[in-house]
Amino acid sequence: MMQKDSLEKPKNNQKLLDNIAPFATEGRSGLLPALHMAQEMYGWISESVAATIGHALKVPLADVFGVIDFYTMLYSRPVGRTIVRVCADPSCSIAGAKEVLDNACDYLGVKPDETTEDGEWTIESTTCLGLCDQAPAALVGDIAITSLNADRTSEWLALDAKQPVSIIDGDIRVLTRDCGGSTPTDLETYQARGGYLALSKACAEVNPVDVIEEVKVSGLVGRGGAAFPTGVKWESASVAEGQPKYVVCNADESEPGTFKDRVLMETNPHQILEGMLLAGYAIGAQNGYFYVRGEYSRSIEIITEAIDEARCAGFIGNNICGAGFDFDIEVRVGAGAYICGEETALFESIEGKRGFPRIKPPFPTTHGLFGKPTVVNNVETLCNIPMIIRDGVDVFRSYGTDKSPGPKLFCLSGDVVRPGVYEVPFGVTFRHIIEDLAGGIKGGSLQAILVGGAAGAFATSDELDVPLTFEDLRDANLPLGSGVLMVFNELRNIPIILSELAYFFAHESCGKCYPCQLGTQRQYEILHRVVRGKVKRGDKERLLDVGWTMTDASLCGLGQTAATAVISAMDKWPDLIED
Amino acid sequence: MVTTTCPYCGVGCGLDLHIKDDYIYRVTSDFNNVVNQGNLCVKGRFGYDYIYSDRRITSPMIRKEPQEAGKRVQAFDVDQWVEVSWDEALDYVAKRLVKIHQRDGANALAVYCCAKASNEDNYLLQKLFRSVFLTNNVDHCTRLCHAGSVVALQMAIGSAAMSNTAAEVIKSDCFIVTGSNTPENHPIIALQMKAAVEKHGAKLIVIDPRKLELCDYAALWLPLKPGTNVPVFTAMANVIINEGLINTKFVADRTEGFSEFKKSVQEFTPEYAESISGVEQDLIVKAARMYAEAQRGAIYWGMGISQLAHGTSSALSLVHLALLTGHVGREGTGLNPLRGQNNVQGASDMGCMPYHYPGYMEVDKKENATKWEDAWNMEAGSLSLDKGLTTTEILSSVGEEGVRALYIMGENPMMTEPNLNKTKKHMEELEFLVAQDLFINESGAYADVFLPATSWAEKDGTFTNTDRRVQRVRKAIEPMGQVRGDWEIICDLAQRSEELLERSRSTFWRYNGPEEILQEMGEVVPEYRGISYKRIDKIGLQTPVPDEKHPGTPYLFEKSFPSGKAKFFPLTYVPVFEAPDDEYPFILTTGRLLEHWHGGTMTRNSKLDDLYPEARVDVHPIDAVRTGLDDGDAVEVGSRRGKVVLRASVTEKTSPGVLFIPMHFSEAAVNLLTVDALDPQAKIPEFKACAVYINRVGKELLPDRSVRLDRGRW
Amino acid sequence: MNKNVTLTIDGKRTTVPEGATLLDAAVQCGADVPTICYHEHCTSYGLCRLCVVEVEGQRVLAAACVAKAQADMTVSTASERVIRARRTILEMLDSAVDLSEAPEIEDQLNDYKADRERFSEGWERECEVVDDNPMFIRDYSQCILCWRCVQVCADDAQYAFAINFSGRGHETSISTFYDQQLTLSTCVFCGQCVGVCPTGALKPKREWLLETGHEQDEIIKLTQAKRRKKKRRQERPYQTG
Repeated sequence: MMQKDSLEKPKNNQKLLDNIAPFATEGRSGLLPALHMAQEMYGWISESVAATIGHALKVPLADVFGVIDFYTMLYSRPVGRTIVRVCADPSCSIAGAKEVLDNACDYLGVKPDETTEDGEWTIESTTCLGLCDQAPAALVGDIAITSLNADRTSEWLALDAKQPVSIIDGDIRVLTRDCGGSTPTDLETYQARGGYLALSKACAEVNPVDVIEEVKVSGLVGRGGAAFPTGVKWESASVAEGQPKYVVCNADESEPGTFKDRVLMETNPHQILEGMLLAGYAIGAQNGYFYVRGEYSRSIEIITEAIDEARCAGFIGNNICGAGFDFDIEVRVGAGAYICGEETALFESIEGKRGFPRIKPPFPTTHGLFGKPTVVNNVETLCNIPMIIRDGVDVFRSYGTDKSPGPKLFCLSGDVVRPGVYEVPFGVTFRHIIEDLAGGIKGGSLQAILVGGAAGAFATSDELDVPLTFEDLRDANLPLGSGVLMVFNELRNIPIILSELAYFFAHESCGKCYPCQLGTQRQYEILHRVVRGKVKRGDKERLLDVGWTMTDASLCGLGQTAATAVISAMDKWPDLIED
Repeated sequence: MVTTTCPYCGVGCGLDLHIKDDYIYRVTSDFNNVVNQGNLCVKGRFGYDYIYSDRRITSPMIRKEPQEAGKRVQAFDVDQWVEVSWDEALDYVAKRLVKIHQRDGANALAVYCCAKASNEDNYLLQKLFRSVFLTNNVDHCTRLCHAGSVVALQMAIGSAAMSNTAAEVIKSDCFIVTGSNTPENHPIIALQMKAAVEKHGAKLIVIDPRKLELCDYAALWLPLKPGTNVPVFTAMANVIINEGLINTKFVADRTEGFSEFKKSVQEFTPEYAESISGVEQDLIVKAARMYAEAQRGAIYWGMGISQLAHGTSSALSLVHLALLTGHVGREGTGLNPLRGQNNVQGASDMGCMPYHYPGYMEVDKKENATKWEDAWNMEAGSLSLDKGLTTTEILSSVGEEGVRALYIMGENPMMTEPNLNKTKKHMEELEFLVAQDLFINESGAYADVFLPATSWAEKDGTFTNTDRRVQRVRKAIEPMGQVRGDWEIICDLAQRSEELLERSRSTFWRYNGPEEILQEMGEVVPEYRGISYKRIDKIGLQTPVPDEKHPGTPYLFEKSFPSGKAKFFPLTYVPVFEAPDDEYPFILTTGRLLEHWHGGTMTRNSKLDDLYPEARVDVHPIDAVRTGLDDGDAVEVGSRRGKVVLRASVTEKTSPGVLFIPMHFSEAAVNLLTVDALDPQAKIPEFKACAVYINRVGKELLPDRSVRLDRGRW
Repeated sequence: MNKNVTLTIDGKRTTVPEGATLLDAAVQCGADVPTICYHEHCTSYGLCRLCVVEVEGQRVLAAACVAKAQADMTVSTASERVIRARRTILEMLDSAVDLSEAPEIEDQLNDYKADRERFSEGWERECEVVDDNPMFIRDYSQCILCWRCVQVCADDAQYAFAINFSGRGHETSISTFYDQQLTLSTCVFCGQCVGVCPTGALKPKREWLLETGHEQDEIIKLTQAKRRKKKRRQERPYQTG
């Protein structure tokens, strides 16, 4: 009986206590790591295990449960020994993910979210796994497998399937210079190609203030979607009062259609670490957190190893490069919550709380992680830093346009011949990337490009010649977002895609503010109705009201962009939804 | 909606009663209330339902079987009583009291006033016994809770009340909480303490044998053995003096007796204190420094300090710390004994004490007697100049030459006195006993006459809370059945008694309402002079309020102490009366629970009893292993005086060697075990330490096996 | 010394102390800004967004309860965007939650001419009434997730930490540890949550019984300590040890 369970002190939990001991000293901010540990040890987190963790970390039990229940990768009920997660987002969906899931369910004799009787398997439909270029994709346990064949369930469940390898190409290879190949660039290779020179140069010769100035002058803006000037952010954190200060690398890449950060992490981890170290040096921080989404187990492994390598080589730790600069980096692993890519929700997550975004202002640069001045940068953004410092602003600005300088990665997925990550200077056109680099449209002519991800907007063939710069896209009313170009051929059903996107947002809304909590669900319901041909009078206006209310009134970026694609589709195709 | 004041603890929270058809269905509190900021605890919010209990007595009653001294028995069942009219009941009471008065003299009568009743009720009851029956045998439960603190504070600074306002704790940068389980006993003050730590950066030092909830918020926890306060606090004084942390100016300007005191503390080294108290000397040193180095240090204490046979020294040793550091007389500092009952401050202010008239005027001073003789329209020289008997003394002197008749308003000595088996014998020896209450409690069951009184929701009046704030109590619903207000009962009885005594002048008993009673008192007592119901309509005023313009006094002693200079008293260490030995190897300490109230007359007749239905003894896991106990086992706990059977809770809340039993449960009345050793000055019993054994017994011996506490917060 | 800021609200210049919110400023100007989750004595988290206002030059609307007034802001408390957002939020809330005991929100629905059937076929928050303790009931089908109960249970008031959330998105709900009954949680039954609940979701048990048709006498019996003590009392005269 439940009552008994909670009154009993958990017994035989010494092993758990030993394993979570390192986190217990951290208190509440050790909660997520401790829960991951328990999840790994037991396969799920029982009431008594959760209570043990709560007592050890001095976190109120109700809060412990609140955290467990917020993250989809933590389970408060028993699940199978292997959890299969099949991606259901558009790129995978158009590649047949639904059939893959259905067949697997039939094969295992369960419905989604159920566990087989022998306790071996639990199967779930999940949101984007960042493998959009190799759709359809799934995680079996923590192993990613791609290009799944719906008819070969038994094979791919036994991991007899393609392991992910992304195409990395482009007009230029600046950020991706050392990327490619099947193994990540190790420290030796990275250093041999000029790695950590920027850090040693900065530590030896450049004042932190001048590092910030360089970054400001470079014109680098954030590559995570918000496009905020990086140097300005650093400067603000650097002058903000309060110690300690933090640098956070946002590697919670979860935007459907985005996978560039995964590629960067898996192929050239040191470039990101060097960027973080330079950020730490510039703003006067001693601690960095590298927050990676939980689904990216390979990235986590590679980053963790790279940190160890760098620590051994004296690039991380105390007195870095002999210059009296101390900086350490800790990897933090998400647990299945898109919202934690929102910077303040990410802080909450590191602090051991539910990933609820905070009210801004105050901004992270003054009140960030643990309420202290914090710089949070996207993986790709940080990758630009070493080259700016090492090669100079002019080299950086030699790429791209005056207003959108630098190299940029685009994630091509959907109906193109060669999906993958493409590095180009800002200013090339959609047409160039899709036709010249990615080999053109697959399976028919172009119907639409979803630009910027689930939170993005649709472009059509009319816009193929728009140059990809911040300024031109703005004029064309398109977001650059995180650099997603999800391509759909003429056979694709836009309302289905919209309904999938809407489901994504309804699933990922944190539930904090009303417009998003209720609006994402209502938006999904209406679109789901549309897909089933059950349109009601006034649905178009309903969608617009819900959409604009979320856009105008939501608390954070998730809600504010949850209707962008829908509104843009209704704008592009006025007859899409007929009353 | 009716706004009133909570009837439970000394915090004095404001309540808004929501009423429909004379039925209170919801309680809220104004968020702008200065005392509790809208916060309430379970008792204040939900604990009022006892007023509707079908066990409540709503008609005057006289015992069917006449009782006599030595053969008195308890009668809990209403069938053992006869319902009578008020006339019959009061005539009977007046007749019996007057008869004993005339036969055995004034001091054969005694009265327990009530810290739960209003100021007005209490003022009148002591007035009745002083002015009509001419005795000072007037006391109430302050004797059992803070008498040690009261005497110590009067000796040292000349005033016994809390020096500062509880809510000021958020202004402190360091505060000591000792001998108080504040979250359970003063829940709302505890919230302010937690906020002080969490939101205002204050450092909290908890000094207590039990690992209480506040320890989670504390910078330091000093787990001392029960009854070793004097060595621990004096060792802190030793550190403060020897490390030069004293406030030299304050000591020089505002205290006396320092040099002698300084000499006396030298033997109280931290090492010595550790050897007695078990607290690591390092902790004592740290605590001393932390408190002394604070800008605004405050001390809050509860009955763990006072309920000892050396309760006065124990409180004095704490007072010394404030005097050495000058942490008194400013906002956010102070000497703050947390008073238990809703109106224990008021009942004390009203003179419900054997040595004092209202306003703490000593009864053995002629000039004081004269003042009250004037006020009460009495002939000069008629008031007694003899000090009366204290609560515990009243019962222990029951007998042919001593007290013959006792009048109890709202108290329950059969639960709250120490060594209850002895109390029981004394109760049995009474010739006449009157109970004025809501329920037939363990004491009322012995009475000859039961006078049903209104609950706090059925009457008007005032309560004075722990920080001296006089607040309004308002009638919210019509009195049940025939119940009458305490003040009305007293006035009626007084007039009947005066008539039987053939007094030529009445001491005046014809009030139009409670406010007139308060006014009468205020004319003589300066602290209350400026208080009128109008002025405290919305926000209560903190005494002293010497005139109608005075804004009240949030904190005392800014410029001087009532005694002029404060005094140091060299102390010696006196061990607890009864040390553990082979036969009785544990120290038992007692206290209260969040869900219950004292003798349980109110809360055990409330839904609160469903939340916490049974007594438990807290046993430390180490002791549980040593004695072979599991959580939930039935155990017998016994002392040289009695034994009880109850369930054990194995918990780290208590320390090894120390057992804890709450005082509320008559089926396992802990005061059967406690020792009736009294503090020589304050006459407070040693509730906080006695020697006991604990044995596992069969569950069939439990008072009621079907009842089981099923709560998670323990 | 406190500084002041001067801004324009609905065309009126107004001066407020630095640190004041737009809601404070709007109230001072007499502008009617509706709120749901806002409570003067709880931390504002800007959840319901009903108090949104339009600030000139800002991309999105600002929640007045948390946005600070800044010098020379130009604020409109009733622009078209604002009205649409408020009306839609109210309509969506109304369709998801039983608001029958939230008269203030019902008034707001009328004020904003909400169409109460607009989203009527969608998901609704439906729960059984939780009656797991002697003091109050919990009817989460009336819960609007204003968070007040969680806040006052935590460091806004009581430091009891008995409740937090479960689920997320629209499926978020208020929950104890593993949804266990309240008596097993760290709840101290202070009822602070009941006191701040703006709907009928949390209610004293006696009030609930009264509303569900029980007579006073019956409630007294129903809500009285379950066990009868009279008998036990007679059986247990104090025993000498």
